[in-house]
Amino acid sequence: MSALKRKFVKGNEAVAMAAIEAGVQCYFGYPITPQSDIPEYLSRELPKNGGTFIQVESEIGAINMVLGASACGVRAMTSSSGPGISLKQEGISYMAGSELPGVIVDIMRSGPGLGGIDASQADYHQATKGGGHGGYRIIVLAPNSAQEMYDLTMLAFDLSDQYRMPAMVLADSVLGQMKESIVTNPRPKVDLPAKDWAVRGTGGGQQHVVKSLYLGDGEMEKFHWKMHARYQELADKEARWEAFAADDAELIVTAFGCTSRIARTAVEMARAEGIKVGLMRPVTLFPFPKKAYADLSSHCKKWLTIELSTGQMVDDVRLAVARDAEVEFYGRPPGAGSLPTPEELFTQIKKFC
Amino acid sequence: MPYIVIEEERCKGCGLCTIACPKKLVQLSSQPNALGYTLAVFSNPENCTGCCLCAEMCPDVAITVFKEDTQ
Amino acid sequence: MKQVFSKPVSLKDVQTHFCPGCHHGSIHRLVAEAMDSFGIADKTIGCASVGCSVFLYGYFNIDVVESPHGRAPAVATGVKRARPDRIVFTYQGDGDLAAIGTSEIIHAANRGEKITVIFVNNTTYGMTGGQMAPTTMPGQKTSTSPNGRDVANDGKPFKMAELLSNLDGVAYSARVALNSPKNVLQAKKIIKNAFQYQVEGKGFAFIEALAACPTNWGMNPLAANQRVGSEMIPYFPLGVFKNNENL
Repeated sequence: MSALKRKFVKGNEAVAMAAIEAGVQCYFGYPITPQSDIPEYLSRELPKNGGTFIQVESEIGAINMVLGASACGVRAMTSSSGPGISLKQEGISYMAGSELPGVIVDIMRSGPGLGGIDASQADYHQATKGGGHGGYRIIVLAPNSAQEMYDLTMLAFDLSDQYRMPAMVLADSVLGQMKESIVTNPRPKVDLPAKDWAVRGTGGGQQHVVKSLYLGDGEMEKFHWKMHARYQELADKEARWEAFAADDAELIVTAFGCTSRIARTAVEMARAEGIKVGLMRPVTLFPFPKKAYADLSSHCKKWLTIELSTGQMVDDVRLAVARDAEVEFYGRPPGAGSLPTPEELFTQIKKFC
Repeated sequence: MPYIVIEEERCKGCGLCTIACPKKLVQLSSQPNALGYTLAVFSNPENCTGCCLCAEMCPDVAITVFKEDTQ
Repeated sequence: MKQVFSKPVSLKDVQTHFCPGCHHGSIHRLVAEAMDSFGIADKTIGCASVGCSVFLYGYFNIDVVESPHGRAPAVATGVKRARPDRIVFTYQGDGDLAAIGTSEIIHAANRGEKITVIFVNNTTYGMTGGQMAPTTMPGQKTSTSPNGRDVANDGKPFKMAELLSNLDGVAYSARVALNSPKNVLQAKKIIKNAFQYQVEGKGFAFIEALAACPTNWGMNPLAANQRVGSEMIPYFPLGVFKNNENL
């Protein structure tokens, strides 16, 4: 058991440290700003911990190596940002279709195209709505601090193994690059199902095949309903969120990731002036904690969604609360100089109140 | 005397065995089977040397070869 | 009486979906014979690809991981790095390896991954209905080169065995054909060598196997088989281009 230590690290480093603590066996990655710290850290530390690190030819190569390693039942991870995550969509779709675990870290930067390297939240749809083809979802966790970059990376491995599907840690350049003090929590003791489906060499026993091809009559339809049921189970059991000052709130501000930190400061400023405003921060973006939102909307009739985009998560907020409440949106699409200040958000809160 | 057995369930009538046999002992039947394949047929078995070249050539592994046990 | 030729144990006893005269069946059999000869089938993991060979798991008695189109060498890298004591091979066609998968094969080869790659070159895209492949020959008519492959527009065909043999990470690279008993027996030896490299941990082995595609060439099986010898072999010469261990 590793000793609990405080370390002052970048969010990206926290992700890499957590992966090692979580027992990642293989990391395959490619440099791209703003996440290159992750492969850099793992290139030094993963081999020392008995794992395999390869800087590979492309993000396509990387996701396919994760597929192969995961098919063998080992923990495997890759990380990237916008353009690289786009390249990985085919591989992620295959992993979802093959019911393979695996962790993909997405440190969002602005897009579309080459875009820029500033923080963005405009890949929310790509992450949460099954960014590749075929109609699947992946687990998406949204940290908002270096500590959560650490803890949620470990959770991503556990949920991914538990539910046999890919899991994504969705952050952005601010979270990746900022330095905060973290506690290097030990890997949680979780009862996970055995990976008895993995390929291993038959050893004379039953053949194991990892595939996503379903051609037989009714087979594919059955697979889709099975996945649908699994996503429902996720929604029932694994939705996570953080609510702050929400119980008596007349307006709830909702945001994820780094935006939620700025929003919290604005909410505290508003509370200091006696405005009854709260903050609702989803931690799982898939499953989106819609029941928790709906419960809050039974007493709170005004919601202000804030995102570093022109509005993506707001759709899910509306789906959850629009029957009972009014939803407003304030967005700062990504790019240099577009990170809002707490004062700016406080102005928006007052405007909507 | 060596001989071959052509498994009718596997033969697709491609004819590659007919050019492999140095003695031309395998020919395609003129009658198609239920799947439409004109199966390979082994004849004049007395001339078979058990060389296995027909079996080596068959992409469907439809041919097995038997030879005297020389021990 | 003794049975002197039989189906290899690691090949399933099923009828295949391959067309009459398609050489996939022969290549499958030689791979299975190689596995049997080393007794490695029960610790082998195959990486299937996309094309007529997509049903690898239906024909071999081994564990199989399905890979996206072209990505099998990357998937195989993941498998071999996760389980270095297993025998890992990919089985790919010309679209898979020489078109969409060029990055993956070159880098797996360059890294010297200790895997075996079986590359089936039939100068066409079989599964999808006979379109032009990176290995389609100049002047060859396909469904997407109706006037024959035009070198000025599409370049010349790739010679993958030679190209890969230039990489230091490649320990063994060879080209074989299945169009005559002599070539089949030679291919048997060479495919065995390719697996021997991995059994002995001696590095990346690559086999390019020239094959017929009667259906998409619009030829009967015997004419298609003839084309392999008369047209393909002169352009894609048989031989061993790299053999670090002098097997």
